[in-house]
Amino acid sequence: MLTEEEKHEIEEEFKLYPYKSAAAIEALKVVQKHRRWVSDESIKDIAQLLGITPDELDSVATFYNLIYRKPVGRNVIHICNSVSCWVMGYESVLKHLIDHLGITYGQTSSDGRFTLLPVQCLGTCDHAPALMINGDLYRDLTPDIINSILEKYQ
Amino acid sequence: MAKTAKITVDGKTYEVDATKNLLEVCLSLKLDLPYFCWHPAMGSVGACRQCAVKKFRDENDKVGKLFMACMEPIVDGMIISIQDAEAKEFRKGVIEWLMTNHPHDCPVCDEGGECHLQDMTVMTGHDYRRYRFKKRTYKNQYLGPFINHEMNRCIQCYRCVRYYRDYAGGKDFDVFGVHNTVYFGRHEDGVLENEFSGNLVEVCPTGVFTDKTLGKHYTRKWDQTYAPSICVHCSVGCNTIAAERYGLLRRVQSRYNGEVNGYFLCDRGRFGYEFVNSPKRIRKPLRKNKETRQFEELGSEDALKYIRKLLSDSKRIIGIGSARASLESNFTLLSFVEKQNFYWGESDRNIQLIQKQYDILRNGPARTPSLRDIEKCDVVIVLGEDLTNTAPMIALALRQSVRQEPVQSATPYRIPHWQDQAVRELTQDEKGPIFIATPLATRLDEISETYRAAADDIARLGFMVANSFSDRSPLVSGATDEQKKLSGKISEALKKAKRPLIIAGPSLQSEAVIEAAANIANAMITSGKTCELCFTVPEVNSMGMAMMDITHQGIESAFEALKNKPADTLIILENDLYRRAEEQAVDSFLGKFKNVIVLDYLENSTSLKADAVLSSGSFAESDGTFVNNEGRAQRFYQVYDAGENIKESWRWLRDIMLNSGLHEFGKWKILSDFTNALSKAMPVFDGINNITPPPGFRIAGEKIPREPFRYSGRTAMFANKSVHEPKPPEDIDSPLSFTMEGYRGKPPSSIIPFFWSPGWNSQQAINKYQIEIGGALHGGDPGKRLIEPKSGKTPAFFTKIPQAFSPRNGDWFVVPVYHIFGSEELSVNAPGINELTPKPYVMISSEDAGSLGLTSEKQIELEAQGKTYSLPAKLNLGLPKGLIGIPKGLPGMPEIKTGSWVRLKMG
Repeated sequence: MLTEEEKHEIEEEFKLYPYKSAAAIEALKVVQKHRRWVSDESIKDIAQLLGITPDELDSVATFYNLIYRKPVGRNVIHICNSVSCWVMGYESVLKHLIDHLGITYGQTSSDGRFTLLPVQCLGTCDHAPALMINGDLYRDLTPDIINSILEKYQ
Repeated sequence: MAKTAKITVDGKTYEVDATKNLLEVCLSLKLDLPYFCWHPAMGSVGACRQCAVKKFRDENDKVGKLFMACMEPIVDGMIISIQDAEAKEFRKGVIEWLMTNHPHDCPVCDEGGECHLQDMTVMTGHDYRRYRFKKRTYKNQYLGPFINHEMNRCIQCYRCVRYYRDYAGGKDFDVFGVHNTVYFGRHEDGVLENEFSGNLVEVCPTGVFTDKTLGKHYTRKWDQTYAPSICVHCSVGCNTIAAERYGLLRRVQSRYNGEVNGYFLCDRGRFGYEFVNSPKRIRKPLRKNKETRQFEELGSEDALKYIRKLLSDSKRIIGIGSARASLESNFTLLSFVEKQNFYWGESDRNIQLIQKQYDILRNGPARTPSLRDIEKCDVVIVLGEDLTNTAPMIALALRQSVRQEPVQSATPYRIPHWQDQAVRELTQDEKGPIFIATPLATRLDEISETYRAAADDIARLGFMVANSFSDRSPLVSGATDEQKKLSGKISEALKKAKRPLIIAGPSLQSEAVIEAAANIANAMITSGKTCELCFTVPEVNSMGMAMMDITHQGIESAFEALKNKPADTLIILENDLYRRAEEQAVDSFLGKFKNVIVLDYLENSTSLKADAVLSSGSFAESDGTFVNNEGRAQRFYQVYDAGENIKESWRWLRDIMLNSGLHEFGKWKILSDFTNALSKAMPVFDGINNITPPPGFRIAGEKIPREPFRYSGRTAMFANKSVHEPKPPEDIDSPLSFTMEGYRGKPPSSIIPFFWSPGWNSQQAINKYQIEIGGALHGGDPGKRLIEPKSGKTPAFFTKIPQAFSPRNGDWFVVPVYHIFGSEELSVNAPGINELTPKPYVMISSEDAGSLGLTSEKQIELEAQGKTYSLPAKLNLGLPKGLIGIPKGLPGMPEIKTGSWVRLKMG
């Protein structure tokens, strides 16, 4: 069940689009803002509000890796794995993260502190490799500066 | 061809259709060019990059550039190369990528041996795997009783989702995820809701979606015996391929007919076949023991002797025919019992309605469209029919007709209509005008403007539209504002239409609805416009029965006639009378005969009452001819020889006649003798003998084989019975052989047992059988249209307008509810269909339920025809006040007459 607040916020988004279904991404973001992820049940509730099928909405939801379809940790790390970051050696940063946190893509650390996810480009190729934690961008990464960055997120 | 162009392919110049894309043109030229994402019914999206060819600027350009053939419009003077080394290398590379995650599980895959992916991999020459990493794997979903899901095999061509959503209008299936973990399926496990889901099996180029019913009794494509057949589960007459091994029917596939079903079938048609393997099959003649009242099995000779005994002291024999039996079987029974004793085993009411429809089509002026024609109509009015449930493939065709008008908007932008993605981006959700007037909500409502009303009001709406085109169609007085507004809107749409179509049928048991439909067509044509008129009919051969020279008297007439003139023997042909009339009436009718002889293939309430039962062949063991709702005569052939105890009904009846001393029928030996005699006796069927080649037809002295040449195990498959290989059965009725021996080339279009071409093992081999991709088969699409409107004099308009429906206090007016899965007699015996069949119920409008204090699933007592039935209630939102929905034909559901009044008692 969506809360009244969520419903209200989603309905506000409807005003910006010619069709309700066009607000699908915004609606997913509203629910994620309140719940930190989007459950199967929420998919059905949102779909009903948008007048589309859960299949249609889930197709959109699963396309975007910034929409979380599984519960995530307190902090979400998005590491860029696209071409520029690959050329600039993001793999050593990734390896450090995996070793240090003991989790790989799609997993959450057992203390619930971090979730690790890949992302396709953060728009900062000139400072590759890059990653983003909870919306904060970090660039020109090397494995040795990672731990001090992670310290900021408890 | 509209516009032609000259193009050069690998140094050879061809004249081609300039409105098509390069891939279609190459395939039409029968050149082998691999592809995945393109499908002739769905246009191009250029997703898979498999159909790359080299295109050269001019003769001097020796380098050229790679282009995707499916995305290239034809330009006059175009020079391309398929064989170019770089193009070949590119295509090989594309397959290699597509195959990186493919599990290579062909030996355990049901698609193996008829897999487009296998064919294309071999065609491109990719034969060595270099990818050494982990493959991505998926969990599969439960998708219902028809379709098996195996996502690991997916190559992401997107055909399934384009077919299911864009073509068939399904909404509970989609694509999930992104880049290399794309997933095709449902949001969660569950039965696929779309009634045309089975086509995924043929649309998917590999083994992601396979036929679950085939999987339960699996046999490789090359090990099956095939025959060209006709679907028996509704009146549309889709062409099918039926397949057998070891005496078990294995599956049904679509048999391409450019004028009828094209590439597709509905799920009832594809999966209903399993009734043939039902435990209720009558596989041997039966005689009822007079003392024990139990059936005893007989050999066919003994059965005929027994029936001779029954007939020898008969003074008068009554015959009851059937619209699910072939023309030949009905005609043979008619010849035996003679016209005055032959009754069409259908209710008198239905016969009147079907007969009226036939007369309207025969007298014109409107022409009856083929299924393909329906797809091309741009404005459609449906009066009274829930097509998804009464004639499913017409519903699928209407999903294409609503695209006709929007697609035109691509022309000014110079977007070719085959550019599917671009056209869909441009047209978004736009739909052409379609209006549906029915008492209950239908599946097509989402693409149409609807009108919910009782039959009389639907007819009145129709008459209002007719009157707006011609004063000769009567004026409707006392119309409601809703009717005025809607009829005005319909008339406006019809005036603008390039190719309008009216669809009606007998479901609501209303003459007025049919007459209103006829008046609209008549009025439009007499006012100088065009209009086509399509009628559905209840069963596969209902139209054929209407065309026969018989008395057109039904069951009730037979009951009545017996009172005046007694008879002692009754022969019932492939008909369960308990589905046609009230139980008591049938009981008393059957009780009046000394001998009741039934010819049928499934045990039913009627066959249980018989004194003798002859084991007739189902469509899979019989040859014959059906006439579909369009008036198209089509032939079906037996798939396999079921032994001497199962024969076509016409052959049993001929044997009975010979046994009874009617020696003149000895000259009826093979199918064509019966068909010839029929068309001689009834000129309306003139020419039906020629819709397939005669039994003596040979190519290079050879018959057409029912089996692929790789058919295995023939010498050993019956070794459990005898180590001596039996002589293959002979087919005296057709130019088809029961073995793999015979002519290996393409057979005439009407007798194609299966589609296969060297290098093309999948159904996509159809390309090689068509003159032009997506067009007619070589030699013309099979079947013969028997109804063409008379030209010249315009028939009179119908003048009787019914009164508006008025609800009665305390009484409810019965409207029928048809179910694609459940309402049809035969398919309901297929386990998969049975699983999806609803339990008996009554349907009441939510509004009425509210005032009665009724909730869903609550038992209510229904008084009808002097009896009380207790049934659970289903509530329905749109059903107009005063109407009650009664499901038709469901197992266990009493037959309650459409158009009668019933009473309710609360439990």
